Amino acid sequence: MSSAFEYAPAPESRAVVDIAPSYGLFIDGEFADAAGGKVFKTVSPANEEVLSEVAQASAEDVDRAVKAARKAFEKWSALPGAERAKYLFRIARLIQERSRELAVLESLDNGKPIRESRDSDLPLVAAHFFYYAGWADKLGHAGYGADPKPLGVAGQVIPWNFPLLMLAWKIAPALACGNTVVLKPAETTPLSALFFADICRQAGLPKGVVNILTGDGSTGAELVAHPDVNKVAFTGSTEVGKAIARTVAGTDKKLTLELGGKAANIVFDDAPVDQAVEGIVNGIFFNQGHVCCAGSRLLVQESVQDELLDALKRRMSTLRVGDPLDKNTDIGAINSAEQLARIKALADAGESEGAERWAPACELPDSGYWFAPTLFTGVTQAHRIAQEEIFGPVLSVLTFRTPEEAVAKANNTPYGLSAGVWTEKGSRILWMANKLRAGIVWSNTFNKFDPASPFGGYKESGFGREGGRHGLEAYLDV
Amino acid sequence: MSDRLSVLKTYKLYVGGKFPRSESGRVYEVTDSKGNWLANAPLSSRKDARDAVVAARKAFGGWSGATAYNRGQILYRVAEMLEGRREQFAAEVADAEGLSKAKAAAQVDAAIDRWVWYAGWSDKVAQIAGAANPVAGPYFNLSSPEPTGVVAVLAPQESSFLGLVSVIAPAIVTGNTVVVVTGEKSPLPALSLGEVLATSDLPGGVVNVLSGRVNELGGPLAAHQDVNAIDLAGAAADAELVKALETAAADNLKRVLRPRATDWTADPGTERMLAFLETKTVWHPMGV
Repeated sequence: MSSAFEYAPAPESRAVVDIAPSYGLFIDGEFADAAGGKVFKTVSPANEEVLSEVAQASAEDVDRAVKAARKAFEKWSALPGAERAKYLFRIARLIQERSRELAVLESLDNGKPIRESRDSDLPLVAAHFFYYAGWADKLGHAGYGADPKPLGVAGQVIPWNFPLLMLAWKIAPALACGNTVVLKPAETTPLSALFFADICRQAGLPKGVVNILTGDGSTGAELVAHPDVNKVAFTGSTEVGKAIARTVAGTDKKLTLELGGKAANIVFDDAPVDQAVEGIVNGIFFNQGHVCCAGSRLLVQESVQDELLDALKRRMSTLRVGDPLDKNTDIGAINSAEQLARIKALADAGESEGAERWAPACELPDSGYWFAPTLFTGVTQAHRIAQEEIFGPVLSVLTFRTPEEAVAKANNTPYGLSAGVWTEKGSRILWMANKLRAGIVWSNTFNKFDPASPFGGYKESGFGREGGRHGLEAYLDV
Repeated sequence: MSDRLSVLKTYKLYVGGKFPRSESGRVYEVTDSKGNWLANAPLSSRKDARDAVVAARKAFGGWSGATAYNRGQILYRVAEMLEGRREQFAAEVADAEGLSKAKAAAQVDAAIDRWVWYAGWSDKVAQIAGAANPVAGPYFNLSSPEPTGVVAVLAPQESSFLGLVSVIAPAIVTGNTVVVVTGEKSPLPALSLGEVLATSDLPGGVVNVLSGRVNELGGPLAAHQDVNAIDLAGAAADAELVKALETAAADNLKRVLRPRATDWTADPGTERMLAFLETKTVWHPMGV
């Protein structure tokens, strides 16, 4: 669809971020090469440009980092909460000061639009540190006893979809409660965690309190299995989450898992159409659909299906796909070739199983990893695209007639992370919110996040909560 | 005049509000602490465990959907019925655990008091485990605890009644439904508890009682895809079994309550309730 006014490019400057040609591991306050000397490259998914080379941490490096964290734990956990709070406040302020640099870095390494890294990720990252800074000296009021104790060394493994935000979700509550951490960022998005190491240095954080190990899945597996890790926190796929649960079985390690989802976004016939369409678009196309709580199944009441889909298609035609650093971009690059292949395979399965595929006319860049926003209609519950997490900008549309049917269909996956409900009727919202088996229910909104709001799933979407007062429990011996 | 010959009781399982024998037709000898025969208890099979899960799932919607006040009322009613059978339970506990009459009675009293204590939590737990969250935007944002679903409970081996009550009541008071595997050697108080539950307005299927081998029933329950959580208290003595069950539980990411040394007479705190709750957070825009 062409419009009367085309957008001129509005690129953010990448000069605000200075990426070194190579980075080591951040252990005990120092950057050091991996013991085995192995490195791997991290590329910009938008154009496959090599951004930097980072170290591949081995079992030996994991052991060194855990030892550093263990050593630091004694002093860090003994600090008065008010002192830990001030370190976290410092970190929060430094993140705010450097947020433009970090946003550009995040968009370069991850492929997400600068509009989202700048306006969504970075403000939330800072907010998480502010929020948990305030808890550090009030833990006795959190409802976990008068003087709850930290667990010790936390091994944390985070995904590539929100590299810095997931880091904040993991590190802020861990440090507030008095734990020390060894964090492994995802293989394809290691850079912002390494920049965060520099923020820890600027903040004067004691050595060893935060350690960053770059590497692939094998590094994460070593970290999770390390016998001197007291707490394991993982965000990622359900498959890996199950493997981690098996690894920690029979140990004393405390475990929290934030895993996959296949959220239903349920639209009733009395929903405000324009707002619902914005919510649907935000629900599935935010961050290229690389969101575990993405509203990837649209359940629309049969009587308004045609009207809603027309409006949705119209809206999808205005989405701009392209350069993540362009401030006008709505949908950036798919994070990796591997992920793109998975999205393509599942979308193809949707077609071959009989669903009808639609995407707006949309020119994709020649290099990099791209996938146009896509809609499937005529989807049934048995289709793979209605059951499996695609983790990409692909929306499957199903219909329903009654609220009971909507609930039954919404709950009909092994997942239970999030759900959306769109209706003007208050009693129906409350009824639906009550019946949906999901950790987060967004009514007449979608994909809202806040450090004060607990986040986490039911069923195979994992266990434990991050955020809010509930998020403290994961890092306290209670 | 000769002594009257007592009437023996056939102990049966309690599943779906009914009292079946084991589908396997098997029983095993239950003896007192000195080895004297007390009764034959059903030796439950994997099939019994699966049937119990089906019953528990069927009961979940109604029980979790009942008001907290209503669940509390029913649990108080259970306590009343337990009080009425105090003597019977004291005798069974004395046999099961080799305790004096007085000590066994004290265990039963503690168990009834504990049941009452948990009953009172039904309409309070949401207030201490929930939250109104002050998010940075015009949204109403509320977190509430909800039951996780069907909970498999391996009841502690060492405390046939107080321990049993201490693992069942916290799971059901919040709206979960339970499949409980009794202590292996001392199942009789648990099987009698089924008779109390059946006459206490508790909907059938909310609690399902299986007697048998932890080794035989633990595995199928830990691996069952329609069980949402498992309490491993009854496997405490066997670290290998705990590891195996926890590993099997990972298959559908069951919530696992690991066993730890527990003094069943001590204040239990809220741990066993909170272990089987999910937190649901609901957002809604605020505005006019």
